[in-house]
Amino acid sequence: MPALFMTCREVGAVTIVDLSGKISLGEGSALLRKTIRDLIEGGQTKILLNLGDINYIDSSGIGELVSGFTAVRNRNGELKLLNLTKKVHDLLQITKLFTVFDVYTDEGTAVRSYL
Amino acid sequence: MTPEAKHLEVILDTHVESVNLAEEMCLRVAEAVGFSEDECYRIGMSVREGVINAFHYGNQERPDKKIHLALDLTQEKMIIHVMDEGKGFHLADVPDPLAEENLLCTSGRGIFLMKAFMDEFDVVAGRTGGAEIIMSKKIPGPGSASGNGNHGKSNSDAAPQQEA
Repeated sequence: MPALFMTCREVGAVTIVDLSGKISLGEGSALLRKTIRDLIEGGQTKILLNLGDINYIDSSGIGELVSGFTAVRNRNGELKLLNLTKKVHDLLQITKLFTVFDVYTDEGTAVRSYL
Repeated sequence: MTPEAKHLEVILDTHVESVNLAEEMCLRVAEAVGFSEDECYRIGMSVREGVINAFHYGNQERPDKKIHLALDLTQEKMIIHVMDEGKGFHLADVPDPLAEENLLCTSGRGIFLMKAFMDEFDVVAGRTGGAEIIMSKKIPGPGSASGNGNHGKSNSDAAPQQEA
């Protein structure tokens, strides 16, 4: 059973990636990396990761989020985060990445922030 | 060791699956000992990061090398040892992931998380020739609600003095 599930949907010019499960060393991190890379190669650089159903993330997963953030930024795009669970929120806070990512709790507000 | 002390040791392959296996094993012990759900999460994450460190940095993902995981349970604490067969490293040489210039690094947060999540943490030269991570968590006393030696302590308070 895959550790991570993802579905992509378009809201205006923004691609929202709904994730559920674990972003951790191995399959989860690799799938996230491939998804972001595919979106960038497809010309999509307004990416919103909905982490509302992510119940676990390790240092490898954190690294993948950072990697995606910089990859999108290098294409003059923006990768933002939506709906952090408490565990993910706490991890981003203690690693000081909360100050790096734009984080939203409301999807509409997040989508409008790209305008 | 006290008469009640227990020791458990396993040798794991240098393989991604070993990370989950080690985490699961330690989680079961931590639950049985009586750690709270939050503390079990922190212990599990620390074991995970320790084994990832051994897998990736220590053993360089070489399948001919092994990862040695040992658990000691005393009356006071649960002590976890993760040993690799690499070249070893010094904590002082590990870059601080909280430094401004390292914030966008895609790796290097594992040691920091272990130090933040466990009560005690150290890295020494291991008997397997590589690094030995030693970390421990105080076992909850009878009647303890959370089983956390860091009651009311924020994450930043629990973070180590020297962050790597």
